[in-house]
Amino acid sequence: MFNPQAEAMPVPELRKLQGERLKTLVKRAYENVPFYRAKFDAQGVKPGDIRSIEDIAKLPFTLKPEFREQYPFGMFAAPMKDVVRIHASSGTTGKPTVVGYTQNDVDNWAECAARSLACGGATAADVVQIAYGYGLFTGGLGMHYGAEKLGAAALPMSSGNTEKQIMLMKDFGVTVLCCTPSYALQIAEVAAQMDEDLMKLPLKSGHFGAEPWTEAMRTRIEELFPLKALDIYGLSEVAGPGVANECLEQHGLHVFEDHFYPEIIDPETGAPLPDGQKGELVFTCLTKEGVPLIRYRTRDITMILADGPCPCGRTSRKIARLMGRTDDMLIIRGINVFPSQVEDVLVRIEGVQPQYLIVVDRQGNLDTMEIKVEVTEALFSDEVKKLEALRDKIHHQIKTMLNVSAKITLVEPQTIERTLGKAKRVQDRRKLT
Amino acid sequence: MKVRQISIFLENRSGRLASVLKEVGRAGVNIRALSLADTSDFGILRLIVDDVDKGVQALKGTGHTVSLTEVLAVEVPDRPGGLAGILDALSAAGLNVEYMYAFVCRATDKAVVVFRFEDADAAIAALKKAGISILPAETVYAL
Repeated sequence: MFNPQAEAMPVPELRKLQGERLKTLVKRAYENVPFYRAKFDAQGVKPGDIRSIEDIAKLPFTLKPEFREQYPFGMFAAPMKDVVRIHASSGTTGKPTVVGYTQNDVDNWAECAARSLACGGATAADVVQIAYGYGLFTGGLGMHYGAEKLGAAALPMSSGNTEKQIMLMKDFGVTVLCCTPSYALQIAEVAAQMDEDLMKLPLKSGHFGAEPWTEAMRTRIEELFPLKALDIYGLSEVAGPGVANECLEQHGLHVFEDHFYPEIIDPETGAPLPDGQKGELVFTCLTKEGVPLIRYRTRDITMILADGPCPCGRTSRKIARLMGRTDDMLIIRGINVFPSQVEDVLVRIEGVQPQYLIVVDRQGNLDTMEIKVEVTEALFSDEVKKLEALRDKIHHQIKTMLNVSAKITLVEPQTIERTLGKAKRVQDRRKLT
Repeated sequence: MKVRQISIFLENRSGRLASVLKEVGRAGVNIRALSLADTSDFGILRLIVDDVDKGVQALKGTGHTVSLTEVLAVEVPDRPGGLAGILDALSAAGLNVEYMYAFVCRATDKAVVVFRFEDADAAIAALKKAGISILPAETVYAL
């Protein structure tokens, strides 16, 4: 544990601390950000109404489009002379969301990223290879400052140049790897081509995040690297990586909730949901000075685990691995379907993640789902019956896991549209009519 | 003895077959024999060509899903009952044919049948035992 006093704080004490921090936060937001003042006034809530953490439910939500409308600096509560860093989202769906950090914000974030690394057992003696992108994206710099805070040696690789990543991983005796899970698989693939045996390296933990992944991918990564693969969560609006991280129990991500207060709500009604129930994850950044985020709707679907204290000794609550996003959740014949579930089935069958596309349509009053899967060499056979058996197996597994019957269509490689390296996963034709 | 056959995955859309054949032609690779297995959703094109490596390279380079399969080519007497005799020998040996296709060779006026077995080595042994001649791979590529 990097900071036992904070991470193992008795729960009543933690709630009290959260309440005090919330009071300060709300006051700062109300006094410095016209956006919040207007929202609070519209809801008829004053900073004085907030006395404990339970009062958080009185506050209005902050939505991503609202955040975006404040471009560039409308959400800032601190003057530029106090801002020491600016990050921004990629802005693929419009103007980016811009976050300014004060020195305290950067320090707190580094503290949480250091706690994340320590969740995997990292100490000052470790060499941490950071293969997240450095730049406006928070992944690289977030983990970099975390590694330094921990006293470990940060290796700022950024992403790409995979052969060099592998060479230095080996020659520098890297013990901790930070990157996206799909990039980890890419590294393993290139290492195999280079005839490098990754299993001989002194790696012990990996912090993988910034994109949805599955238990099947974790198993695969742990077969390819001699490390414990841990899920890390963060988003640029809230801070960056290090909002939550799995401990070595590999069962849920500890939220560093003395800084980031989590809630789960019903995405339709906004009503708070009890622990153990699936809903939309909402964060309040209790200590943020630059951009004091209040009840920010992340659109990520997960739940707060309700299975009691964690054996690792941390008292913070844990969230489950992300189950999808409210904006890519599909409702097919009344059943909630996430692309990540389809992906999970395909990875289990094929051992690798194939390119796929989910096409949803409506015939008469009935929703239809088709899954197009690109046939790779590993899947291909010169015999019709084997390809048909593969198709039937996918169909059966989807039906078993998702409770939805889908038409499976095998398609040629490179026929599914890719945008900026990310494949488009869903085509919902129902919305077009 | 074993002939290397190129198998290619095809979507059941118009123009897909033409696109593959165009790539093969552009690479200067000549097709000796072909067969197309099709279902309502997809097809598998099987090619025997004069330059296998060049053919594979051309197709992989253009993003097609390709695999190499070992098949056997057998010369069949070009008379009624010629093929039936061979199949009898195979079935007597307990060998199952996964698929097959045939063509007539102009030079020798004989029919050539390409067989795909699960176990090519067992098939070679059985065919030899029955006195059926298997065409050497080089002969097939040069037909």
